[in-house]
Amino acid sequence: MNVWISLIASLIVIGGLVVGAAGVAGLAQYSHTPELLVLLGVVVPLLAFIAFIVGVILQVVKWGRRPVPFPIATVAGQGKSLPWIKANYFDAPYTKAGVVGRMALEVLTFRSLFRNTKMELHDGPKLAYGWQMWLWVFALAFHYAFLTVFIRHFRFFTEDGSLVFQAVMFLENLDGFLQLGLPHVLISGFVLLGAATMLLLRRLTNAQVRYVSLIQDYFPLLLIISIALSGILMRHVIKVDIVAVKVLIMSMLNFDFAGIGEKALAIGWMFYLHIFLVSVLLAYFPMSKLMHMGGIFLSPTRNLLCNSREFRHVNPWNYPVKVHTYEHYEDEFRERMIEAGLPVEKTLEETQEAAAPEEKE
Amino acid sequence: MYDSGKIITGLVIFVALFASPFILNVGGGAPAVPQPSLDTPAIKSMGNPVCVRENMQANHMQVLDLWRDSVVRDSNHTAPGIDGQLYEMSLSNTCMECHSNKAEFCDRCHTYAAVDPFCWDCHIEPPKEG
Repeated sequence: MNVWISLIASLIVIGGLVVGAAGVAGLAQYSHTPELLVLLGVVVPLLAFIAFIVGVILQVVKWGRRPVPFPIATVAGQGKSLPWIKANYFDAPYTKAGVVGRMALEVLTFRSLFRNTKMELHDGPKLAYGWQMWLWVFALAFHYAFLTVFIRHFRFFTEDGSLVFQAVMFLENLDGFLQLGLPHVLISGFVLLGAATMLLLRRLTNAQVRYVSLIQDYFPLLLIISIALSGILMRHVIKVDIVAVKVLIMSMLNFDFAGIGEKALAIGWMFYLHIFLVSVLLAYFPMSKLMHMGGIFLSPTRNLLCNSREFRHVNPWNYPVKVHTYEHYEDEFRERMIEAGLPVEKTLEETQEAAAPEEKE
Repeated sequence: MYDSGKIITGLVIFVALFASPFILNVGGGAPAVPQPSLDTPAIKSMGNPVCVRENMQANHMQVLDLWRDSVVRDSNHTAPGIDGQLYEMSLSNTCMECHSNKAEFCDRCHTYAAVDPFCWDCHIEPPKEG
């Protein structure tokens, strides 16, 4: 039941954002109120961008202040120990280069997700564990599609003649090589939408995953699905004047706000919905699970050397502990113990004899 | 902060990447807004526009795509304009009969918005008259 509450709550929030933004933009267009459009299309995105940058930095610094005094790297292969035992270079890295390799493989190919397993109870009863690749497949498709979409948007941020502009045009030609429809269908947009939808469906159909899914899991997925959908709709169905869009964005990036109201009025409402949802994503990012973008680099289970079989690691903060051994205790209380009739290991005479030769030396 | 050298390096890369839309525009100033030119002899001599429906700026590519399919696949070569007359569905011969200034008309917006139309993979730009 709680599962569905989380999903329904996320849907209500997303629905509210979509209807609210589209409604405000539509109303502003209808009543010729450029102030509202500038708010949605310029002010909110700029504030969200600041919140994103500052939020991410604060979160990373907060993590950086957490001490990790001891290697807690998890091994996924044979760690280095005796010379005749073959060590696994990337899954239990014992050199800095190995750690860099492990991190690169983790960041670029998501090897942790590749190891995803599923547990099933069969008749018998028999418990079965099996490899499940779907999380890894959808995550790969999702992240690389998102990266491509992100880079493609630099056509709104750069001018003709710059190197980035040329690179983006090259990428877009690759992305649209199917030459399907006009404007061309860009594969990355549909892969992004499809993979995000499959990740959502995985959450909903897999009982174990559904059980641990909360509103903070559904909300970012639904938000990204909405962003992808609004972008695709804007390109192919509910069109906006793309030149007017770039004029507005270029004014914003150059902080050139002269006549911004007129520029904003020239763009259809779909653009304002799209950019508002992106702003929500940006502002929400630093306080959400999406911070794994920075967190993956700060994972002590991945970015430390797996050399605890090679070297003995001692907590550098260990201070000399004050101990009170029985010998000291007896030395302190021997006379009173003897008076009370308690057994002692050394008598008074013995301690004096033992002390005497030491003094002579 | 522990490992501050590495973390600050990472944060600098992060800010540089995500603020690059702003950084790439520093000092440049907003580029001039493209104005597709309607200044050709054919358009000047014409009273009212005959072919252009509303929102052509957003939808012309869909029209051209439909035309191509219609001509190439169905051998259907004419379509009615808004004046009811039949026009040949041809980019080079109909559209560019009036819009004969590709560099000042087509290219201005396309270049600005990083659009690389594949029209010219097959078509050639009609030679300038006179």
